[in-house]
Amino acid sequence: MSAMAKAGRLPRAAHTGRVTQTRVARSEWTKLHSLRSTRWSLAAAVFLTIAFPILFAAVTASHWDSMSPGERADRNPLDIALAGVNVSQLAIAVLGVLIITGEYSTGMIRASFSAVPKRLPVLWAKTGVFAAVVLALMLPSVLVAFFASQAILSRKGILEISFSHPGVARSVIGGAVYLVLVGIFALGIGAIVRNTAGGIATFAGIFFVLPPLMNILPASWNDAITKYLPSEAGRQLFSLTHDAHSFSPLPGAILFVGYCALVLGLAAVLLVRRDT
Amino acid sequence: MIEANALTKDYGDKRAVDGLSFSVRPGIVTGFLGPNGSGKSTTMRLILGLDAPTAGDVTVNGRHYRDHAAPLHEVGALLEARSVHTGRSASNHLLALAHTHGIPRSRVDELVDLVGLHDVARKRAGQFSLGMGQRLGIAAALLGDPETIMLDEPVNGLDPEGIRWMRNLLKGLAAEGRTVFVSSHLMSEMALTADHLIVIGRGRLIADASTQEFLSRASTNLVRVRSPRAGELETLLARPGVTIAALEREVLEVQGLTAAQIGDAAAAHGLAIHELTPQQASLEEAFMDLTHEDVEFKAAELAGVEAA
Repeated sequence: MSAMAKAGRLPRAAHTGRVTQTRVARSEWTKLHSLRSTRWSLAAAVFLTIAFPILFAAVTASHWDSMSPGERADRNPLDIALAGVNVSQLAIAVLGVLIITGEYSTGMIRASFSAVPKRLPVLWAKTGVFAAVVLALMLPSVLVAFFASQAILSRKGILEISFSHPGVARSVIGGAVYLVLVGIFALGIGAIVRNTAGGIATFAGIFFVLPPLMNILPASWNDAITKYLPSEAGRQLFSLTHDAHSFSPLPGAILFVGYCALVLGLAAVLLVRRDT
Repeated sequence: MIEANALTKDYGDKRAVDGLSFSVRPGIVTGFLGPNGSGKSTTMRLILGLDAPTAGDVTVNGRHYRDHAAPLHEVGALLEARSVHTGRSASNHLLALAHTHGIPRSRVDELVDLVGLHDVARKRAGQFSLGMGQRLGIAAALLGDPETIMLDEPVNGLDPEGIRWMRNLLKGLAAEGRTVFVSSHLMSEMALTADHLIVIGRGRLIADASTQEFLSRASTNLVRVRSPRAGELETLLARPGVTIAALEREVLEVQGLTAAQIGDAAAAHGLAIHELTPQQASLEEAFMDLTHEDVEFKAAELAGVEAA
């Protein structure tokens, strides 16, 4: 470290002007890709999104001959193609929470808010960059999952469905959009809770614990309430079929987007008001 | 330029900063002194707008920190608590901060070299020693070539060479006309670096004076005299308003007379003197004197709590 003792003078530097939303977004992009945890979570999400449909398709194809007609009727080509979405949403949600809580747990948030003391540009940049990255990775992943699982099933000549079949393209692309929204929702939760374990637990509570709890309610209540849950509303984005107790894709999507906006809005208000 | 006006911060029912008013001027190093827990770090967080004051106000270069369009060019800060993601490399950490202001990568490389982190710039910050982490924090503070530099306990964890480097850097930055505000709980370090001192205790302002003024105000006018005829000298010097303590054989400590008065008196009576040293109170002692009451108050308060 002898280099330190030699130089004792700070070289001058040109002042490069103001903080802008674009610059903060670039900063957040650098933060996102320079962490190992990000790369692992995203790699896991891509892998799970593609691997599960291929596995399910292969198992379905190899067991098809021994399946009962009832079992066969239960199989749905889109459920197989999008089986990975349900699994990879956990990886996306964990990363969404970590993007913000990781800064609180390490103290990085103080450096971030010293550079951008208005704070909100940081939240918008994190959200925008993360959403763009998830979309860029998950859209190809669901497409690969769809065509790969169809390729396996069509060799057996079963459960074939065309991408141009009504609702199919919407469901497949909807799977990727759902993951983007899940990421945004989780990021908002992370910004509100400011603690990794608490953030993940809150997300899991809303998405994985609340829905089965609804079964305790009388059937008529359950049917009336369940469709308003964030997870249920969001699911309509990538469900091909919709029964009487669920929203159709567009209202479901709008409701889920509304939940995300609500969570993010609350996060924004708290972010500006609270001490760091 | 930093200006605090009746700055106050409560956490719950604990008052961390209590009506602080001071200004930190450009062109000199201003030391911010106080015992641990006296509110130095809180004050710095208030300056950066990380925490909002309960009452009062603080501005940097004439504005609230939050209202600056390019804050990193105005203020470079090193906080006592670590402010680095442990999973990110040093250069990526600096690059992420640089991007917010459009500062080029070349500036990041320049600072990595300046603080001597070149060899470990690609290592994750979580593996850094305390000293290396401190250097990274200093690089971050200097990234935007700021007019005001604010460092919380910057020599923490630095080796002696690093401490000397820091001292020279701070003086150099002040000589360039920048505002340099440095906190420490170590008086001795500040005596070597700071031109002006702001001393706080329990969140309140105790002293705001130049280092010289601070020292002389606290100095006790003691003179140490060594003479083979100490006994005779003691009788000679004894008069109202003068106290003399015989520390050991041949050594006296005289209070109430200057070294010149003592020397002249001894010469007039032909008494040999082997040593004649004015004892200036060390800055550390002056600091202890000043913060004494606060510490004592705290102790009394604690005793009261226990009694109740």
